[in-house]
Amino acid sequence: MLSATGISKRYGAVQALDGASLQLRPGEVTALMGDNGAGKSTLVKTISGVVVPDEGTITLDGTPVKITNPHDAQALGVSTVYQDLALCENLDVVANLFLGTERRRWTLLRHIAMERATRDLLEQLDVRIRDIRVPVAMLSGGQRQSVAIARALIGEPRLVILDEPTAALGVEQTAQVLALIGRLRERGLAVLVISHNLADVREVSDRVVVLRLGRNAGDFGTADTTQEEIVAAITGAGR
Amino acid sequence: MTDTLARKPYTPKVAVERLRQGDVGAWPVVGGLVAIAIVFSALNDRFLAPENLTNLALQMAATGTISLGIIMVLLLGEIDLSAGSVSGLCATIMTIMHVKQGWSALAAILIALAAGAGIGLIHGLMFTKLRMPSFVVTLAGLMGWLGLLLFLLRQGGTINLPFTGFISKLSDTWLPSWLSWLLVAGLVLVSGGAALVTRRLRLAAGLPVTPLWWLLVRTGGLAVLLAAGVLIMSADRGVPLLLIIFGALVVVFDLVLRHTAFGRHVYAVGGNAEAARRAGINVTRIRILAFMLASTLAAAGGILAASRLSAVNQQSGGSDILLMAIAAAVIGGTSLFGGRGRAYDALLGVLVIQSITSGMYLLSVDSSVRFMVTAAVLALAVAIDSLARRGAAQ
Repeated sequence: MLSATGISKRYGAVQALDGASLQLRPGEVTALMGDNGAGKSTLVKTISGVVVPDEGTITLDGTPVKITNPHDAQALGVSTVYQDLALCENLDVVANLFLGTERRRWTLLRHIAMERATRDLLEQLDVRIRDIRVPVAMLSGGQRQSVAIARALIGEPRLVILDEPTAALGVEQTAQVLALIGRLRERGLAVLVISHNLADVREVSDRVVVLRLGRNAGDFGTADTTQEEIVAAITGAGR
Repeated sequence: MTDTLARKPYTPKVAVERLRQGDVGAWPVVGGLVAIAIVFSALNDRFLAPENLTNLALQMAATGTISLGIIMVLLLGEIDLSAGSVSGLCATIMTIMHVKQGWSALAAILIALAAGAGIGLIHGLMFTKLRMPSFVVTLAGLMGWLGLLLFLLRQGGTINLPFTGFISKLSDTWLPSWLSWLLVAGLVLVSGGAALVTRRLRLAAGLPVTPLWWLLVRTGGLAVLLAAGVLIMSADRGVPLLLIIFGALVVVFDLVLRHTAFGRHVYAVGGNAEAARRAGINVTRIRILAFMLASTLAAAGGILAASRLSAVNQQSGGSDILLMAIAAAVIGGTSLFGGRGRAYDALLGVLVIQSITSGMYLLSVDSSVRFMVTAAVLALAVAIDSLARRGAAQ
């Protein structure tokens, strides 16, 4: 569906990306791994429009597209969930889900339509929140992450990018979020997960793409790859 | 699904939990008001007399309107220290236009409000474009606009408004009894009706609803409260127009904050400006608009104050009016840290402050004591806010 080929990006003297490539397919969870400074974030930022690459092409369904800012990316159906959540803790779940894209009649908010849509979406994703009208500050970390992910689905995207979705979570909450990622796949979305956590990646992903020093260092089917092979690709051992 | 269809009234355990997490609502202030009423009426039987309560309503309007403007910027987590000076300056502009230039009263009021909006625009631009802290911008405003006020008033220092003119009449008009009761009936019917319609729409959409008896209790409570107010004030001169103006402003701003996209975005920017920006909200626009509303409301408050005094002078908008307006907003329950507060806080907060002032005055207590008591109430309100914030952060 979306593919990035030959992406290069240089920051001053640092070659962050050197001809890296990435293919994403609908209904597939791709994990992007690599050591710190391998270029994961930069590659993702070129897709989400935060960074414009020096070289390389991005194609959507075979046609080349230009993504020069986050709005372009959103218009193409690319939705990003940032690591630091970016929720307004003082607002309730409904308000956060529709933040910036409120449904309104003229300028009046359509509270009921938005709350109905929120309940439907959370139900489909099997996210359990007892009262969606309380401020997000009163939810657990896993629930907040779930809200952040659900929010990424409001604009009916085709690709959802998750930056370290389980980094700050406990065991049980991590399981919740991983299950939620699985349900995104069932909805037929392409999902790209950046993660450091091998266990999580092996549990949730279909494919693992490894970057090392700005280049592709491996592309594995998760089911038929051992942990050692992935680690070796990340560290560059045995090459 | 079935168990979620009725939104249950909170069990004591949930209530305590919400209290601990900072969701205290208006109950501390209402409790405080009841306590104040009990204490002062025990000390002096004139406190709850119709005449005193009517005066209290008159005294509330100007400070309350300024306080409403302060809330707009407090919701963003910012502060407006210039509201007092701006109120005095805009009232002076109005008076000069009306008395010296011979403009009609309405045109003079409009130009004063426009001047307020312009001043707010300047503050907003300095805050957003020059990235100056709002504290400094409005501190400069506090001094600068006061300077301009003194400059405009330099001959004589006082300009009187005609006693029987439109502007003075604003604060000396009393609603006839039938109109007051019509207003009460209208408000109760509209608010009760809106609640019922919302409930039916929510039921139709399969959303949880508040139980019917609670809606009835709430609407009944509102009816009793409004009727009591009208009864008491009718025993004196009637319901003052000034109170209606202030009340209408509070209701309008409450509706704007809760039901429009602009209001939602104000809360969002106050809660997490970066998240709001990433969500595509024009944060700069929201901030500038909030400062403009704050200064325009300050101007409106200044006009009401000038109307009551039938004059402007060098003390207009000075002394403790700014501090009382900020204190009222915070006592009412608006957080200094942004993102939390309602328009009704201005009404509740200013009611607390004016009740204390009025009660102390009846007891012929020195103003030194009044300041200390108000300070204690303010400290208590901020302590509750801080504790609530800490609770919410856990």
